Amino acid sequence: MAAPDQYRWRRDRDGLGVWEHRGKVALAGFGHSPVDRRWDGASMDKTLGAYSILACQKAMDDAGVMPHEIDGVICCDSHIAGGSGGSASQWAPRPYFAPPYDSEWGLTLVNARWLIEQLGLRNVRFAPTGVPTIGEMVGMAAQAVGDDLCNTCLVIYPTGNLEGRYRRGGENADDYARGARQWTAPWGNHGGNDFINIFPHRQYCRKYGGQHDDLAPFVINQHRNGLLTPWGYNATYKVPQLTIEDYVRSRYILNPLRLWDCDRPVNASAAYLFTTADRARDMRQPPVYVLNHSQHNFRQRTTQADLDEIEDWTDRAARRMYEGAGLGPKDVDIFNPYDGFAPMAQFFLEAFQWHGVKRGEALAFYAGDIRVEGPHPFSSSGGNLGNGRTRTAMYTDSIEQLRGTAGVRQVKIRAETALAAFTTPSSGGWIMFGKHPR
Amino acid sequence: MPKLIPVPDILSQPFWDAVNERRLVLQHCSACDRLQYPPQQACHVCGSPANLAWREVLGKGHIAAYIVIEDGRLIRRLPDQPYNLAMVTLDEDPRVNFYSNLPGISPYEVPVGAAVEVTFEEVAPGRLIHEWRVVA
Repeated sequence: MAAPDQYRWRRDRDGLGVWEHRGKVALAGFGHSPVDRRWDGASMDKTLGAYSILACQKAMDDAGVMPHEIDGVICCDSHIAGGSGGSASQWAPRPYFAPPYDSEWGLTLVNARWLIEQLGLRNVRFAPTGVPTIGEMVGMAAQAVGDDLCNTCLVIYPTGNLEGRYRRGGENADDYARGARQWTAPWGNHGGNDFINIFPHRQYCRKYGGQHDDLAPFVINQHRNGLLTPWGYNATYKVPQLTIEDYVRSRYILNPLRLWDCDRPVNASAAYLFTTADRARDMRQPPVYVLNHSQHNFRQRTTQADLDEIEDWTDRAARRMYEGAGLGPKDVDIFNPYDGFAPMAQFFLEAFQWHGVKRGEALAFYAGDIRVEGPHPFSSSGGNLGNGRTRTAMYTDSIEQLRGTAGVRQVKIRAETALAAFTTPSSGGWIMFGKHPR
Repeated sequence: MPKLIPVPDILSQPFWDAVNERRLVLQHCSACDRLQYPPQQACHVCGSPANLAWREVLGKGHIAAYIVIEDGRLIRRLPDQPYNLAMVTLDEDPRVNFYSNLPGISPYEVPVGAAVEVTFEEVAPGRLIHEWRVVA
């Protein structure tokens, strides 16, 4: 089985031209587990493993595919909370349970090997290890299917959350700053996308005008879209609709970054099924074609990325995606950028110039009508802010919008192409879906 | 509470040795004539390690932007909250920036655009880090 470092699947350079498999790969199914705030450490039907099995079964059911037909499994095996996930981020060395929960695998970690065994997938020929996050995994799957490394591929993205305050353990509890953290942690930067974006956001407001709280309409709309997404955290737990008053009165985390600018860590899993366009046409759902995938991992120049650097990175990512898809800003109907922290989406919106939004215009755009019923249904998924930190709402909504099955979230404008991403400005990936292969 | 204590590695040892002598030295690529911080194995611009050497800089800069950490994740810094975290650009090359807690400046009262100069702060016996203070 090919390892990612041996398989050159990424489209992560400028000037690669139109993707060679454009319209020849399709997404044929998806499935979500319930979205819980945390795993309680006891409910065996709510472990990350149990939820990943459930998500895979739903994705296969959605596509009308049997387990013996699966020949590719791409599963992210890193705990989303990482090494600093909190007091309980490493469940070990607590006593384990009966098989298949007799180790960390299946409880707080999931990998392809464990899933293949539990699901009885006997014909898998592509199951790489050490795979990246969902932002790149979908591209990896599309490329692997296009390259015929597999024909029917499950992509699984588990997102874990355990008891204790998120990311307050591990290296964040250390008195020493090691490795790259020697340049950031002594002054208080614990490392993360919040810090990456909040300084450029400050510069953005200063350069273009506007206040931090001008993000409120965007955040509130994300929550609204989340409440229209039945599987998401907010809808599941009937979280009251966020209001302007709630937003402006919320406490600061990294002032001016507010509590409601940050997504809510959750325990959940999602799965997507990729196959060839030819095969997808015979499956249960109308195919959602992949028109391009692209990745980026831009090197930061110095300690803190500034506005110029962030705008340059996102401009380059947009050019790569548009070039590979053979499309431009006016061709994109659905736009689901990543929103794990609110002051980041504007950089993507303006780089991709969705609905003509140029640099410095996002805050005014947010103040307009961005509801799903309106003319500019920005981020119709509700993203992470509206659904919890699953990092998958952007993909699922894009698929549903193109299928025409988004229910009350279904946009009123044309829905034939969709851009979705899990990415920071510096690293991650984009994928372009199409209702039609051309 | 003292700040976190940086742990030097092979690449960064000369930098921290200089800081402990109250000097600020950065990598300089003679081929590109560019300063570089944090230290890297190769020049960020030309990609070559061949022309990198340490160069002492004046330690003058300006405050480009700031935030106030009110609910950070670093356990050691929790008692300090709220505290400023500024992005300081180096006058000799504004493409190079540093973090600073701006000692002496109250949270939320940061003069963005003000001139700063490097200073040094003890985080453990004999262990310094570089900081930046507003020039009066």
